[in-house]
Amino acid sequence: MTTLDWANELRRSGRGERIESLPYAVMLGVIADHDGSDLKLIMPYRESLIGSPGRLHGGSIAGLLELAALSTLVLALPEDEPLPEIKPVTVTVDFMREGGMRDTFAAATITRLGRRIANLRAVAWQYDYSRPIAAANLNIVLARAAT
Amino acid sequence: MNEAVRTSLMGRALDHVPHMRALGISFRGIEDGWVELEMAYSPDLVAYPDSGVIANGAIFALMDSTAGIAVVTGLRQSMPIATIDMRLDYLHPPAPFERLIGRAQCYKYTRSMAFVRGLAYQDSIDHPVANMVGSFVLPGAA
Repeated sequence: MTTLDWANELRRSGRGERIESLPYAVMLGVIADHDGSDLKLIMPYRESLIGSPGRLHGGSIAGLLELAALSTLVLALPEDEPLPEIKPVTVTVDFMREGGMRDTFAAATITRLGRRIANLRAVAWQYDYSRPIAAANLNIVLARAAT
Repeated sequence: MNEAVRTSLMGRALDHVPHMRALGISFRGIEDGWVELEMAYSPDLVAYPDSGVIANGAIFALMDSTAGIAVVTGLRQSMPIATIDMRLDYLHPPAPFERLIGRAQCYKYTRSMAFVRGLAYQDSIDHPVANMVGSFVLPGAA
């Protein structure tokens, strides 16, 4: 399966179901939340996400943020065009609060969707969306096959 | 403490970090303030099935780990640290089915902060997969 195969499947499913077909997402235990209209991902607490005693590893939170951004982007691309190749080029993560031993949520918004570049922001939280534990800024190149 | 003893102690310490064990990250060594960790190739870490290409998220986790160790090993006394922010530039996709090495150096300490730079590579540091910069806070610092 390639990026394109997965993205096409995700687009066909219309929601985040296909997250479960990605090995790294499975390793983190990330699943899609089917409540509401916007895509939200959940990373249920598991011991293997821990970095230091009682705290989630920053890398597991960063992984969740990137998955939220990629899924949100795929679902937003125009359906009447072939999907471009999606290549994150610069990813910055701000860590605001420590992630505790509980479920973590993430959602992403598209700041701008251009022909060649997409700019996204993803936020992760635990108790409440208004109390983020981390946020990511992702600049993603959309590589389109020459026509 | 000699190099072999330090490497062995560090390796054992990292084995106790659940997320690093899950990612298959081990300690390679430290030289002139540059810390190296290695993340073995595993089919569990790939972004898309059958591609063999390690997910960017796993590379981020490798670099966050490497940067954290670089900060801790340069401190005179043990204290908790926390990442403030970290940026990765993905320079080219990693070669499939191959391990990745994270390399990081803490180039500046202040009383309450640490600044880190580094890169991820496979065969040669002259051909990095990703470039990293990050900052850490030392909450316990006086």
